[in-house]
Amino acid sequence: MDTRGTVGIVVISHSRMLAEGVVELARELGGGRVLIEPAGGDASGGLGTSIELVEQAVRAADSGAGVVLLADVGSSVLTAKSFVADCEADEAIGTQEVVLADAPLVEGAVAAVATAAGGADLATVVAAAGEAYDFRKS
Amino acid sequence: MDAAFFAGWLRRAAELIEADSERLTRLDAAIGDGDHGLNLNRGFSAAVAALPALPDDTVPGKVLIAAGRAIVSKTGGASGPLYGGALRAAGKALGDAPDVDEAALGAALRAALDGIQGLGQAAMGDKTMVDALAPAVDAYEQALRRHGDPAACAEAAAEAAAHGAVATVPLQARKGRASYLGTRSIGHEDPGAASTVLLMRALADAAAGTR
Repeated sequence: MDTRGTVGIVVISHSRMLAEGVVELARELGGGRVLIEPAGGDASGGLGTSIELVEQAVRAADSGAGVVLLADVGSSVLTAKSFVADCEADEAIGTQEVVLADAPLVEGAVAAVATAAGGADLATVVAAAGEAYDFRKS
Repeated sequence: MDAAFFAGWLRRAAELIEADSERLTRLDAAIGDGDHGLNLNRGFSAAVAALPALPDDTVPGKVLIAAGRAIVSKTGGASGPLYGGALRAAGKALGDAPDVDEAALGAALRAALDGIQGLGQAAMGDKTMVDALAPAVDAYEQALRRHGDPAACAEAAAEAAAHGAVATVPLQARKGRASYLGTRSIGHEDPGAASTVLLMRALADAAAGTR
């Protein structure tokens, strides 16, 4: 599949299964044009977050147009923020263009994938993920 | 205070955390997910294990940065990025100085607090580690203004942290997992504040050895 030039997406959750499930759902919508990777659970697969798993997922999702992080709760958000700070300080090796979206996990991932698949740039994908907060359900 | 002093602080912190691991986990089980003692024990053990790999001529700042990196990697919960980030911020504040005085240590502690607040966005009264660390840093700086030596400044910090942690009991959590409990978080000591007390006590113990 050709994912060159599309923004990558990483789904960070306390739960490995939740991250993988969100990726399964959103990947379908990317039509093979978007790299979306899970980073769920701690390093041994239990509940928690691992900055190393985040780094691996970012590398796997990076095709040169930047990577959007989506996080669920608590340590996922803090780990994502730490990772972004590391990238800005050039301490982590991955792409420099990594942004944590202020977005709901599932709806944000779906919106981000749909937008990235259309070839949108990083800022547009991040904004689309954030706008997912406005999807009303009743 | 040289690199060996800071390594000693971290080893003492790991000892105190291991000794109190069950209490931290019990506090966390009341208002969180019951893994704080386990997580911190793993993180600080990893920090101590990372120290021998440092070169013999390493500087205090590098010791704290290496420990912080290990803690971010190995802790697993929210306390990993918070404490790990704090140690790295403190290490950066110390720079390349081979020996630091009590004023530089105070500035590093202030940088650690700023790092935690920058990442977690918690203020005083939110029932977090900030409720122990902020008064500890304030007390350290006050002792410094009274021309205290490192031991006196660190002892003041440790005592203020302990008071701050006890003062979290009646608070309702506004940050972290406990905040989902609403008023049910009232009546419990915050586990992050409790672990901050151990880190400040470890610093005071290490500093007492400099007299």
